[in-house]
Amino acid sequence: MEVNLKVAIEHGLKKEEFNKICDLLKRTPNITELGIFSAMWNEHCSYKSSRVHLKKLNTKGKNVIQGPGENAGVIDIEDEDAIVFKIESHNHPSFIEPYQGAATGVGGIMRDVFTMGARPIANLNSIHFGSPQHPKTKNLLRGVVKGIGGYGNCMGIPTIGGQTNFDESYNGNILVNAMTLGLVNKNKIFYSKAAGINKPVIYVGSKTGRDGIHGASMASAIFDDKIEEKKPTVQVGDPFTEKLLLEACLELMAGKSIISIQDMGAAGLTSSSIEMASKGNLGIELNLNKVPCREEKMTPYEIMLSESQERMLIVLENGKEDEAKKIFDKWNLDFAVIGKTTDTKKIELFFDNNKVTEIPISILAENAPVYERKWKKTKLPQKIKFNKDDFKKLKITEVLKKVLGLPNISSKEWIWQQYDHTVMGDTIQKPGSDAGVVRIHGTNKAVATSVDSSAVYCNAHPLTGGKQVVCENWRNLISCGSKPIAITNCLNFGNPEKEKNMGEFVECVEGINEASKFLDYPVVSGNVSFYNETKDKGIKPTPAIGGVGLIKEYKKMITMDLKSNENLILVVGKTEGHIDQSVFAINILNEKKGPPPVINLFNEKNNGETVLKLIAEGLINSAHDVSLGGIITAISKMAIKGKKGFKLNKLKVLINKFDYYFGEDQGRYIIEIEPKNLAKVQKILKDNSVHYDEIGLVTEKDIIVDKEPIIRIDDLIKSNKNWLENYMDK
Amino acid sequence: MKSSVIIFPGSNCDRDMDVALKKFGFKNQMVWHNDPRIPKSDLIVLPGGFSYGDYLRCGSIAAKSKIIKSVIEFANSGGLVLGICNGFQILTETGLLPGILQQNKYQKFICKNVYVKINDKENKYFKNIKKEILELHIAHNEGNYFCSEDELKSLNDNNQIAVTYCNENGNDAEEFNPNGALKNIAGIFSKNKNILGMMPHPERMIDKCLSSNDGNFFFENLIENLK
Repeated sequence: MEVNLKVAIEHGLKKEEFNKICDLLKRTPNITELGIFSAMWNEHCSYKSSRVHLKKLNTKGKNVIQGPGENAGVIDIEDEDAIVFKIESHNHPSFIEPYQGAATGVGGIMRDVFTMGARPIANLNSIHFGSPQHPKTKNLLRGVVKGIGGYGNCMGIPTIGGQTNFDESYNGNILVNAMTLGLVNKNKIFYSKAAGINKPVIYVGSKTGRDGIHGASMASAIFDDKIEEKKPTVQVGDPFTEKLLLEACLELMAGKSIISIQDMGAAGLTSSSIEMASKGNLGIELNLNKVPCREEKMTPYEIMLSESQERMLIVLENGKEDEAKKIFDKWNLDFAVIGKTTDTKKIELFFDNNKVTEIPISILAENAPVYERKWKKTKLPQKIKFNKDDFKKLKITEVLKKVLGLPNISSKEWIWQQYDHTVMGDTIQKPGSDAGVVRIHGTNKAVATSVDSSAVYCNAHPLTGGKQVVCENWRNLISCGSKPIAITNCLNFGNPEKEKNMGEFVECVEGINEASKFLDYPVVSGNVSFYNETKDKGIKPTPAIGGVGLIKEYKKMITMDLKSNENLILVVGKTEGHIDQSVFAINILNEKKGPPPVINLFNEKNNGETVLKLIAEGLINSAHDVSLGGIITAISKMAIKGKKGFKLNKLKVLINKFDYYFGEDQGRYIIEIEPKNLAKVQKILKDNSVHYDEIGLVTEKDIIVDKEPIIRIDDLIKSNKNWLENYMDK
Repeated sequence: MKSSVIIFPGSNCDRDMDVALKKFGFKNQMVWHNDPRIPKSDLIVLPGGFSYGDYLRCGSIAAKSKIIKSVIEFANSGGLVLGICNGFQILTETGLLPGILQQNKYQKFICKNVYVKINDKENKYFKNIKKEILELHIAHNEGNYFCSEDELKSLNDNNQIAVTYCNENGNDAEEFNPNGALKNIAGIFSKNKNILGMMPHPERMIDKCLSSNDGNFFFENLIENLK
């Protein structure tokens, strides 16, 4: 096939990019080479629109062992232990084929983690769907949940947390972000940087097929009417093979034969081989006839661009081939020496004794295009003047029941019951909590982890929204008594070629960065997903933040369920009654304008650290952060979990009661304490200048608010639980 | 007491079972499916997971694996064989236990705590157990037990129905059946009760900080009965 501009454009390259390739090569590339360029220079692999902004992120900290740039980030959790973690998007494929798209998303992120020598110990996910009324939503949700479960359950890794959101902006572009945490000995971490010349390059895992060709390019384009035709670009997953690959890799890693290892993810053999060589400042030579293929007559172009799953590339020490092969034979996996490292600093590919590719690696990696795209700032919207007379018709408990049954607030048990969340026997806090918590096997330590996003706030004001997501994530980790250590981010945005979308990206990243710096909560890994746009309609800006915190003694972990009658309920942090962009404003008052709640990073940090002090002193019986739906929604969720009731005191503040109970001011927690500890708690809060309100107490079953008719906790449980079950099964 | 846990490709509850057995005093060994024979054991466990990827049918390929011949010989000579979840599926596929495990009634994977009632104590597994109702955990997609009428009659006549799903008070009405299993069956014995297959996982419930520690009753009792 002759390569010309038209063919290059069909490969997703721009005219100027194609010209640049010809200039750098001093010739026109052949079709295999063009395929390689399109794979390496697409948005998904090259980060060409985001790179300049991502560079500004706060990525350093005393617990950071490895920041962005590797397969995943690594943090120190004391002793010899380290946690490897990352979040990644699989949005485009999941919309086209929800089961396989989601399944391979989970498979891909787990490979990123065990490539570094870590055994995965927990999975999480953040999934966003269109409006529940949209005809596609139900099937997409069902398929995605089945796919996530199908892969993670078979691997035997517990799925311990996540979040699910519905919003019409995802009607044409759902989001599927998968996150994995793995445990590794900090002296036995494996990296992707190749070293040494004439070292054997080994291919292990599944055979290569024609599935997933151009997957990464597809993920770098917007959708149109013809998306059904893109189904063949979706990869097909086989979790059984991945389980074998995991065990085989960990067995090989226990020895000393691996120099570097890299999973074949987006852009398959192309990006894995080039990345390993590029990081080691080496060349690489591959004989494509040696690549195990499962289909006949595959061309070099297809072999290089296939995104078949469950494959790894390894650079081995000389002479260790037999030892390594024995392990892969035991696990019934393919093992082939397909090439070697060289000193040419080129990628050279051979097929049927012909050289089919010769490209200097620096051209593909360092010379990849970088764009400083134009972007537009989003102004902070004016505050809405709500007519408080409208509130008089409303009853707190009635509004509360309605809020608890909203799609975005309702219980997601229907979803997480389909995920094995207890395998490995260390899950001490299950999904449906502030954070999932798993013990570090055989120790007294545990890690808490949570993934969060707030597209509504980010859409209203990206800078504030970006800060808010990081803070909310930090609060979730604090609430269960863990010290937050670091985050990973999955940045889901629209079309970066549009100034508005690019502006949302830039400002969200700025917000994330600001909060991350202030809270000393560095970003250690992440992923960008642009072009979440269909027929000119883009998604709301949706950065998802996954955080990891450490609990030194897992027996001191805090849960959110209310514990005992007569215990006191306190709100930690100041309530101003910010209802613009709140669940109450949007869903009850039907007002979608206004600014998101203000983020005060000083208070955020101080309040969180003070809550941790209270926990360390053993003064807290349960805790929960205040987020969507405000104080009363937060207390209700604690009551639902504990199957308890609560009684709220008469308000002592000069704020409208709806603003007070449903406002979404930030930096707040609900804590349950024993009456005998009140003085001690008050002293610690006052000594640390933290504002608090004593607002009520725990009851057996009754919910008593103001002079409104008493309702029972069972009513709230029903309101909260029924929506999703009815929506999916009835 | 010596136990052996068999690892098939795709087993994923093997470590959890190893931890549980050791916690309660078993000297446990892990046995790879391709090993020529099983070391001398008082108990053989087929753990949960997705042996051979659940391809063809859950447990069907494992039931034809090399090691399974030794398991069958051991069982036929009266040795104790425990199959949990996928292990139960394998036992029905080998024919050591009657019936089959179909896909759950609501066609979904289910992961949650359940209560099971112990129906028969005249056996090595439950003799002298201190609790009648255990809170255990299920995590499966194919746990919907089914067998022919004749087989069911025979199970009943020989008291082979080991555990049934129920609520915390032991009420085993249909509404407490999580997966549509015939007669709420969660686990059954072989005729002479040396083989037990059950869907719930006692090995995941052995610590107070997990959501239940009723698995302790099961393992503590089992090792006592074997002494």
